[in-house]
Amino acid sequence: MTVSTDIPVRVTDIETVAEGVKRFRFATRDGSKLPEFSGGAHTVVTMRDGDTVRRNPYSLMSSPFDGSHYEISVLRTVDSRGGSVFMHDKVKVGSEMMISQPVNLFPIDRRGRKHLLIAGGIGITPFMSMMNQLDREEMPFELYYCNRSPARGAYIDRLSGLYGHRIHTFFDDKREALPLARLLAGQPLGTHLYVCGPSGMIDWVLASAREAGWPDENVHSERFLAPPSGKPFKVDLAKSNKSIVVGQYQSVLEAVEAAGVDAPYLCRGGACGQCETSVIACDGAIHHNDHYLTDEEKRSGKKMMICVSRIDGAGVVLDL
Amino acid sequence: MLRPGMPSRPVYKGLVPDIHARQNIVAAEGEGARAVLELAETTPAGFFDRTILIYVPTGSAGQGLEEKLKQLNPQGLWIFPTLATAMFRLKGTLATATMGTRLYATGTEPFIASVIQEAQAVGIDQKSVIQEHRGSAKRRVQCVHCKGMTDDVTTSIVRCAHCGLNLFVRDHFSRRLGAFQGVCVDAEVPGDVPAAETIYE
Repeated sequence: MTVSTDIPVRVTDIETVAEGVKRFRFATRDGSKLPEFSGGAHTVVTMRDGDTVRRNPYSLMSSPFDGSHYEISVLRTVDSRGGSVFMHDKVKVGSEMMISQPVNLFPIDRRGRKHLLIAGGIGITPFMSMMNQLDREEMPFELYYCNRSPARGAYIDRLSGLYGHRIHTFFDDKREALPLARLLAGQPLGTHLYVCGPSGMIDWVLASAREAGWPDENVHSERFLAPPSGKPFKVDLAKSNKSIVVGQYQSVLEAVEAAGVDAPYLCRGGACGQCETSVIACDGAIHHNDHYLTDEEKRSGKKMMICVSRIDGAGVVLDL
Repeated sequence: MLRPGMPSRPVYKGLVPDIHARQNIVAAEGEGARAVLELAETTPAGFFDRTILIYVPTGSAGQGLEEKLKQLNPQGLWIFPTLATAMFRLKGTLATATMGTRLYATGTEPFIASVIQEAQAVGIDQKSVIQEHRGSAKRRVQCVHCKGMTDDVTTSIVRCAHCGLNLFVRDHFSRRLGAFQGVCVDAEVPGDVPAAETIYE
């Protein structure tokens, strides 16, 4: 990734769409068209907050076919990293930011005869662009959308208006539960299932689908992990001949970038595999936080995904 | 046995039961019946209560395999005289099936390919079909010139059943077509055809 293909954009609109959720609209600074994308794609937004640089992936939720702007939705989560808080509190209409080219790790399987979308909370965002595409291409779909309360559910009215009976909502505060077992039992052959939401919900849906005899090929999920915090540790970069320290709230990837070393990445959330890095030596235990490497690869200790994984110990030597 | 090491050919990993499936459909041909009988030794109780068997005896007719399949007491056992009639029933069965159905295919490579084509037509990924090769290594060959299919090919060179060209059977399997590619062998000097060897018995 030595050549940056990031796109300079300006924030043209910000709207509060639900409790704790803001929608941001980006357009290019020079008025040129943004690339078209496919439903389910995301962009990585670079946030410059003083000396701190954060890069977070957000699903694109605007129409994949409209290059005049991109939209993302951000849930304000008061965590230690502060990306969403920065977006909510510091980014204003007119702010200039950099965003990556769209990348899709959660595409529609177009061979499917029907598409079942299951969203939890802010997990609705990739489905916004997916439904736009499914509707336009006249592919059958249904959305099952779970929220804690109507006030927390973004875009419910808009989606119901656009897609009518294809939208099904469930609210915890009304004691409405997603009838998952019944849903999984009655789908026509060739149905594909997509789930995005809190980790526990994704695990539940994936396990239930397997239990119901769904082939793995028909079940798709996306979860972006925020890099977990932890004790600082030293990283020696063998190829660049540099020694750096990864801070408590920093990921290895962020520390590597801060030291001026280009490392490949796409999702920055432990999903895509792009930042897979060889471990030359390690003094301590690798905490593998990704869901890309196989269990066997994780046990071998020879590779790590530097966007989310950390060392519990003195330090590590990486092939970077 | 199939010769290994051909990148374009699917890997036939062998029949293993999907213990979670609510419904199983097993399509078998010829010697594939023996793979089903071996599968039955590993399946949990009740497996065949939710299993429909579709069987085409072809060259294995008269060996009592149909009777042995019947003794598995499957939910359904349908025996057909030809590939076409079996595939017609498979198509109808898949049309009304729901998710939670697992499809199995066992027999010769052209038979498995036919089952995969029916599966793909209803949106089943070919990787989720559990497959085992049994019996002859015979090939279905598509003539790259006239696009006609020639079945039951066991020789390195075959005459296209449609346009009559002499075809060299390449080690190039099209998963989309479920067939090997056959290319004219005597285009430079018509009639100069090497002797055909029987290598796909």
